[in-house]
This record gives sequence, structure tokens and C-alpha cells, in this order.
Amino acid sequence: MLDQLLLATKKGTLIFDRENGSWKPRPISHPGLAVSYVARDPRDGTIWACMDNAHWGPALSRSKDDGVTWEDTSRIAYPKGARYIEQLIPSPETMAAAERPIQYKPAVLMKVWSLGFAGEDQPGVIHAGTLPGGLFTTRDGGESWELNRPLWNHESRGGDLFAGEATSKNQWGGTPAAMAYGDFVPGIHSVVVDPRDSNHFYVAVSCAGVAETRDGGKTWAGCNRGMLNDYLPNPEAAWGHDPHLVTLCPGQPNRLWQQNHSGVFTSEDGAGTWKRVSKPEVAVHFGFPIAADSNSGNTAWVVPLRGDQERMTVGGGLFVARTDDAGGSWQVFRKGLPQENCYDVVYRHALDASGDRVCFGSTTGNVYMSEDRGETWSCLGNHLPPIHSVRFA
Amino acid sequence: MAQVTFTKHLQRFFPSLAALEVPGGSVREVIDALEQRYPGLSAYLVDEAGRLRRHVNIFVREEPIYDRETLGDKLAPNDSVFIVQALSGG
Repeated sequence: MLDQLLLATKKGTLIFDRENGSWKPRPISHPGLAVSYVARDPRDGTIWACMDNAHWGPALSRSKDDGVTWEDTSRIAYPKGARYIEQLIPSPETMAAAERPIQYKPAVLMKVWSLGFAGEDQPGVIHAGTLPGGLFTTRDGGESWELNRPLWNHESRGGDLFAGEATSKNQWGGTPAAMAYGDFVPGIHSVVVDPRDSNHFYVAVSCAGVAETRDGGKTWAGCNRGMLNDYLPNPEAAWGHDPHLVTLCPGQPNRLWQQNHSGVFTSEDGAGTWKRVSKPEVAVHFGFPIAADSNSGNTAWVVPLRGDQERMTVGGGLFVARTDDAGGSWQVFRKGLPQENCYDVVYRHALDASGDRVCFGSTTGNVYMSEDRGETWSCLGNHLPPIHSVRFA
Repeated sequence: MAQVTFTKHLQRFFPSLAALEVPGGSVREVIDALEQRYPGLSAYLVDEAGRLRRHVNIFVREEPIYDRETLGDKLAPNDSVFIVQALSGG
């Protein structure tokens, strides 16, 4: 089990260290600056923070001395000529305008939403998922970043818009989570690298679904078979799904988990097929985060919400649900969590597991830790900033 | 030469940043000149398409610039250029 917690918050980066059996917070890093995601590269120990600075633009900050000092790194930038097909957020007015000519917009980086570290077989390789839907990769430890053009130019996005007009229909939808950044665009929030082979990795996109590469990003294929999007005319469409987070079990990497707008899904064949394993009768259906057990492919945790319009705790009480049989059933755990007048929402990156430890943070600045696989909880802090991500490190 | 001053908030990222003179016949050229003096600074002010960031403003002779897309506003010799941040949020 890992003995450090990294929190990305609206007001900076918070690090908790486990000392003498308790979790101690350090003074905040990046004070006053919004951070969307923080994680440690397990290969060299560098801590990476995705700066979500509304004033000065999205950037990356890194620490090579365990969070004592931080440095800005080179910025991720969309290359000249990168374009996307404009989409309007669905409404009666915009649906009526659906037949208007295609409008193109120049791509600029709005947000670095997620990071995915390659394995020991690819030192220095890190992937970054962004708004407006581009995947970037560094091969030199963050000194330079390059847009993954095969995914950006994928036929599901209209083809190679660098070269000219769209040659296929765009099937990637925007995410409402992008509206605060000025446009209704897709976002890559999950980059999941196969621990057996770093050339094999997945991205999950709101609102498109899951895509997979087996050749290090040269070619991509959608893998959304079995997915059900309850608010599409065709729920089984190849694209247009709304994963909120996708992760896999490191010990059994063919086991993937997906908390989706339309429920909890799992795959036991490397995303070849998905199966919905929601149990609405125990309120396990809607939510944002999902965490996989390190070793057992049968175990995962979720923090459900009453969905999908209210996005509030179910009945005013906070709970965590765990499955130990690959989604066949879910146990609900409430001990140590507030059960009345509670309005905590847990964002997609704000739940993590390490061994028997499970931790999550909420938009209302609460952090809860379990040392017994989610069954009982204690609070590490009540007055923290809104929490965007929680990662053990 | 343009006479450039900055919001003090940029000193958080560029501690040595101070008022200075740089050559430039347009706001775009001033930004390019500033990037030469302070590598990385321009990314704080404009996005990769060259557009002024939404919460940044530039004043020339106490007037906000007109062209936020390409920064084509022309400068006269010794014009003052003030780079400021629209602080917001909570």
C-alpha cells in the first residue's frame, strides 16, 4: 500500500503523508491556483500537476523532489492547422440548426484533464488527455509534447482536418464539462496503459466512448461493444457514449471498469465487450469515479450519486459501494460517512484505491479514508478546497 | 520602442519581470519581443493560436486593444503598453 496522497484542488496541490499511523497534510503547493489532476510517475518519482489556471492558461508543473519545489514545464500546444468540427450543446434551438453547414474551429488547449504513464518498457513516455479532445504524448519526460494525429484525425472525428474538409461524419460529442472553458468539445479524461505492454493503451472520451491502440498510438479503434447510452436514439451506437472514468485492474489487466453516465460497466476481455452491472435497486448506477482493486479483477469501488439530473447524494447520505464478484452484486458501506444534510459530490478522478486503502475527496472539501477496503471511513479534512483528484502515490 | 508594464501577478511566474522597453510596431510584435526576453511568457498571455487569453487584457495608451485575435493593433513610437489580468473567481 502506498503511504502518500496527492490531491488536486481548486486552490492548489495538497499532499498528505502517512506518519505514525495517521495522515498529515503539508502546507499547500500552488497556493491559489486551480489544479485539475495530480499524480506521481511511478518510474522516476516525479510528481506532475495539471494546472487549470483560468487566467494564464493550462500548463503542467512538476516536482522532482517529492513536492518540495515545483517547476513549470513546456506547454502542451495544439499544432497550427489543428481543427475540430464545431458542435452546439443540444437544445431545441440547436437541434433545429443541426443541418447547418459544417463549421470548423481552430484547436487550442483548454485543459489538461488526465495523465497516463507508460510502463518501465517506455521510460520518459507520458500521455496527456485534454480538452478539446486531443491526446498528447511526451517521449522525453515532458520536455516536448506531440499531438497524437492518428486519434485526432480518426474517421470517427471527421478524418484529417489538417488536410482539408471532413471526409467522414464526426461521431464524437462534446462534454458539458467543457462549457466552463468556452466551447462544447470532447475531452479525454482517462488514459489507461496496459501494464503488460505500453504500446497497448486506452483512452476514454466524454462524449465518445473508449478507443484503443495496440501499436503505441499509430492506429486506433473504438471499443464500445455492449455499451448502452440510454439517451441516444440508438443506445448501442459505435460512438457517442459518455464514460465518466475508465480504469483497469493492474493484476488482471483484461478487466476494465467504467463508470458511465448510463451506469456502471465492466469488461473481462480487454474492452472487447462491455456489460452493464449497475444495480439501481441499491442505488449503484450514476456517478463519476470508479476504482479498481490492485489485484482482484472482481473488485471495484464506486461513489454513486442520485442521477442524472440532480447529481446529489442519495437521500442526503454519502456511501461507497464495492463489488467483489465483478459487478454481480454490490455492498453498500456508510460507517463513518455523513448520513444527513450531505451534499458531497465526488468527481471522476477523486477516488483511488491502493491495497486495502480507499480514499476519496469531494467538491465540498471533505476527504475520507478507509483502511479496510471501503467498509469503514474516517475523515482526513473537512475544510479543504473543492477536490478535483485524489491519487495514492 | 514600446514602454511595457505588467500586472505584478506575473512576477509569481517570472520573478525578475519588470517594466521595460521593447521594439515593436504592433502588439503582436511586442509580445514576440517579450518572449525573447522572458522565454515562456507569451504562453501566459496568448494561446497557441495567438489569441489573447480570455482573462488577460492589454491596454495601449490606456485603451484596451481592439484585435484580441491577432494582436494587430498598431503602436506609435514610445506608446505605453500595460498587460493586465482580469482577476476573478472565488
